Amino acid sequence: MKENKSVIGVLGLQGGVHEHLNHLDRLGISYRRVKDKEDFEDLAGLIIPGGESSCLSRLLNIFEIKEVIIAAYNQGMKIWGTCAGTILLAKSVVGEENCLGLIDIEVERNSFGSQLDSFKSDAVIKVVDNEPLPLTFIRSPKILKVAEDINVLLKIDDYIAAAESDNVLVTVFHPELTESLAFHRYFATKCGVKCNTNENANTDNDWQNCGWARMARVA
Amino acid sequence: MDAKRYELNVQLAQMLKGGVIMDVTNVEQAKLAEEAGAVAVMALERVPSDIRKDGGVARMSDPGMIAEIKKAVSIPVMAKARIGHFVEAQLLEALRIDYIDESEVLTPADEECHIDKTKFNIPFVCGARNLGEAVRRIAEGAAMIRTKGEAGTGNVVEAVRHMRAMNREIRQLVQMPIEEVTGFAKNNGIPYELALKIKQLGRLPVVNFAAGGIATPADAALMMQLGCDGVFVGSGIFKSSNPQLRARAIVKATAYFNDPQKVLEASMGLGEAMPGIEISQIPPEQILAGRGW
Repeated sequence: MKENKSVIGVLGLQGGVHEHLNHLDRLGISYRRVKDKEDFEDLAGLIIPGGESSCLSRLLNIFEIKEVIIAAYNQGMKIWGTCAGTILLAKSVVGEENCLGLIDIEVERNSFGSQLDSFKSDAVIKVVDNEPLPLTFIRSPKILKVAEDINVLLKIDDYIAAAESDNVLVTVFHPELTESLAFHRYFATKCGVKCNTNENANTDNDWQNCGWARMARVA
Repeated sequence: MDAKRYELNVQLAQMLKGGVIMDVTNVEQAKLAEEAGAVAVMALERVPSDIRKDGGVARMSDPGMIAEIKKAVSIPVMAKARIGHFVEAQLLEALRIDYIDESEVLTPADEECHIDKTKFNIPFVCGARNLGEAVRRIAEGAAMIRTKGEAGTGNVVEAVRHMRAMNREIRQLVQMPIEEVTGFAKNNGIPYELALKIKQLGRLPVVNFAAGGIATPADAALMMQLGCDGVFVGSGIFKSSNPQLRARAIVKATAYFNDPQKVLEASMGLGEAMPGIEISQIPPEQILAGRGW
């Protein structure tokens, strides 16, 4: 009998690590910051955070973590990539080599322009939540196309902002930078992990944009 | 800058956490930095050690050069404006780079006022030697803080001093009873509300990187273990004997700062680090960290 896995890992090399840990913690989910090969054992799911994809892919390659992630994926670990995480998971990246290549989509890096083109908006994604979800795009990539068996969760204008396969979820925006816990709850369900708190409240009124700070205190 | 824009700007810095931002002076260096795993590049004409050597007035870099670097890489591009020189900042915003460093490495344009950063949509990072200085910059609209250290020296001692000072003051704030916060705010020249917020958070409300004197993988890991969110490396890379190896090594050491084995492996066979300068050998008027307040 295989034991049910209940821990979600957050790739803790570079980028928005504390932000994801904070959201998982608020949902009462067991979490682990993962950066060494042995950390990836027995994870129900893995979140690859936003950051710089060129930095992350370099670290994944030189520390041979790429193979470890792919092996865990082949044994059933689900993966969610936000922003840079989407680029790392894509099968095809415009003008660059792919990294993990675990979802059949084509992405374009930094597709909106400079930081002055970063923006916030909202949208309803029915399978995730009935309420509009706040969306934060920071020097975001665009998903240009997806294979037939990939489910598009959100399309805006000429690009796709969120998509999923059976085992991989990708969002070019950052749910971990908003007050909403809906996407983390959705991913937990995908991983077969139960949330233990705030069962009915997707939006936490106590949330503030410094929520991540409690995961990175200096005193 | 409205509240939403400010939040986005703070959040871009959050996405750089755990990373290395490298000074580059041309397209070739920018590409090398990106390939080595830098999370951003700082585009400037001369690295701080050359500015220090050359003397004279150091100004914002040639916008044409910054534009070329921007075209060459897809990671964020930062550039420096002089302290108080809001027109240089306007130009950098018009150039649509990603972040402005209001920097003591350049010759200050105003000895009384820093730039009113709330007037801009583009984010600013500013240097600080202690909590008071950091919080005053945040109050002026900075979306990211870095230690000043002493740029261009290859000597990490000042960055350590500044980081320890900030941590000590945050610790004091966290531990003091609430009625003492008013006096703390007054003595440190900072707004009460921000003092209260930092007391609650146990850290700065924005990302805080180390800068000024980082030259080796061990320096980077030291600053990370002291609680920095990431590091800037200025002269340390391109003034060393093998910039490519050193850039990669500092990226590794910053990501795995808590793992001596990995920092050790990253430190091997890098060739010569940049030549360092003992701080006491620098004439007082050439101390960069003293610029701004």
